[in-house]
Amino acid sequence: MAAVLDRAVSGAAPRERRRRFAWAPALLVGAALAYLALFLFAPLAAVFYEALRKGWDVYAAAISESDAWAAVRLTLLAAGIAVPANLAFGIAAAWTIAKFDFRGKSLLVTLIDLPFSVSPVVSGLIYVLVFGLQGWLGPWLSEHDAKVIFAVPGIVLATIFVTFPFVARELIPLMQAQGRDEEEAAVLLGANAWQLLWRVTLPNVKWGLIYGVILCTARAMGEFGAVSVVSGHIRGMTNTLPLHIEILYNEYQFTAAFACASLLAILALVTLALKTWVEWRQAKETP
Amino acid sequence: MILVRRSHSVLPGFGVALGCTLLYLGLVVLVPLAAAFLKTFTLSWDAFVATVTAPRVVASLKLSFGAALAAAAINAVFGLLVAWVLVRYRFVGRRLIDALVDLPFALPTAVAGIALTAIYAPNGWIGKPLADGFGLKVAFTPLGILVALVFIGLPFVVRTVQPVLEDLEKELEEAAQSLGASPVQAFTRVILPTVTPALLTGFALAFARAVGEYGSVIFIAGNMPMVSEIAPLMIITKLEQYDYAGATAVAVVMLVFSFALLLAINGLQWWSRRYAEERP
Repeated sequence: MAAVLDRAVSGAAPRERRRRFAWAPALLVGAALAYLALFLFAPLAAVFYEALRKGWDVYAAAISESDAWAAVRLTLLAAGIAVPANLAFGIAAAWTIAKFDFRGKSLLVTLIDLPFSVSPVVSGLIYVLVFGLQGWLGPWLSEHDAKVIFAVPGIVLATIFVTFPFVARELIPLMQAQGRDEEEAAVLLGANAWQLLWRVTLPNVKWGLIYGVILCTARAMGEFGAVSVVSGHIRGMTNTLPLHIEILYNEYQFTAAFACASLLAILALVTLALKTWVEWRQAKETP
Repeated sequence: MILVRRSHSVLPGFGVALGCTLLYLGLVVLVPLAAAFLKTFTLSWDAFVATVTAPRVVASLKLSFGAALAAAAINAVFGLLVAWVLVRYRFVGRRLIDALVDLPFALPTAVAGIALTAIYAPNGWIGKPLADGFGLKVAFTPLGILVALVFIGLPFVVRTVQPVLEDLEKELEEAAQSLGASPVQAFTRVILPTVTPALLTGFALAFARAVGEYGSVIFIAGNMPMVSEIAPLMIITKLEQYDYAGATAVAVVMLVFSFALLLAINGLQWWSRRYAEERP
């Protein structure tokens, strides 16, 4: 009866059409999941499957090997320098761009994004051109017995370059959206620059800051192409964890390569979990 | 670059912050990038042209740009689908999948490379059925490069389109349908025009990322000259032969293209912002 009334009021078309397309959601969800499974979930599962295929003992031996640990230490060192450096820069850049008006601002914002659009290999190459033996500073460096390329400083520099925009990019839109009223009020009440930064500005952008640092850290620890160009691949000396994986893989030590890869995959999953948590907190705090 | 402060502000720190920003930007980014352009000037124009038009270099550039374009196109279609499914439907595991979409941003490229090679190799989980059933070889062919680039670019379109779809009022679509539009018409006439700027931005971002990608590709590509050798690998090969000027010439071609694409992306983002503001 209701159906008849409904039909009389609204006409037959929409209801029938809805029924005719009732299969659409299931089909679309299925297609999306198949695509994600093929390109996303399968590779992730493969890392852990290949790493543990020959048993826990082989896995444990692979990740406790001394070259692997040297690689882990270098990876942490490079990230430990690159992330704070880019964090400090990000805050300075966001403060300049969000709180003041000046000419050339949009050019500055574009230039900050530049490293994102440069191929990792090219990012490494440009440092070779500056610090390498054939480069501008190469002869001077070798005279003073200092080495940048094929040594740790080069790896740190390449890591800084590829992670350069992450923090700035998160902070700039956030600080722009928050405006200047709170800071101006604080200044009128007698706050100095330092108090302004620590008591007003940074607490306001706390979650964006953490978000940027998480992404920056993940990229810093996982960078491959740029670091590969400047590293020289000296085992136990200038190999970061991603480069160590490549060497093991090319030596057909697949299980060891996947064991080290699983460490980075766990890092990636932790990154995603933290990121999701920060997004959730951010959403909760903004009414 | 002329940086002039336009209006007076009571806030402190402009000079110091701007100075630090420019100094750091200059030392870390601009000076090394300038080095690349200056290095190419050590080559004569003819030598530069000869380097970048050598058959092996041209083949690698074509492959990098072609595969990146194809991967970005695949991601545009399926990224829109994934974004749509995540926004419109409720199913078990939706939040988990939403979080995992960003995996390619977080997973180091070398890890992605060996994992994709393992499953798409002729004896892998997906490679074996494809090889046995269709005689299709994925890993160690240009098709493998495509797979790696699809993985790398997967989150871009999803993440640019998703917020636009979330803001889209369902009433608009329902109004179209009650006026007699079929769901397909409602999609092509109402939804698609609204998400187009975001879709193009995501496409361009995925494309830009894929052109320069190195880590995930070299493991799965097979790296055969003229067939499956990408442009970044060409640069590495030239570097290993101590041909710095040649490596830089290829790098400059890629840099010029990336800068043009960056400008295009900025333009697109400006367009999508304006588009969003114009809507009531």
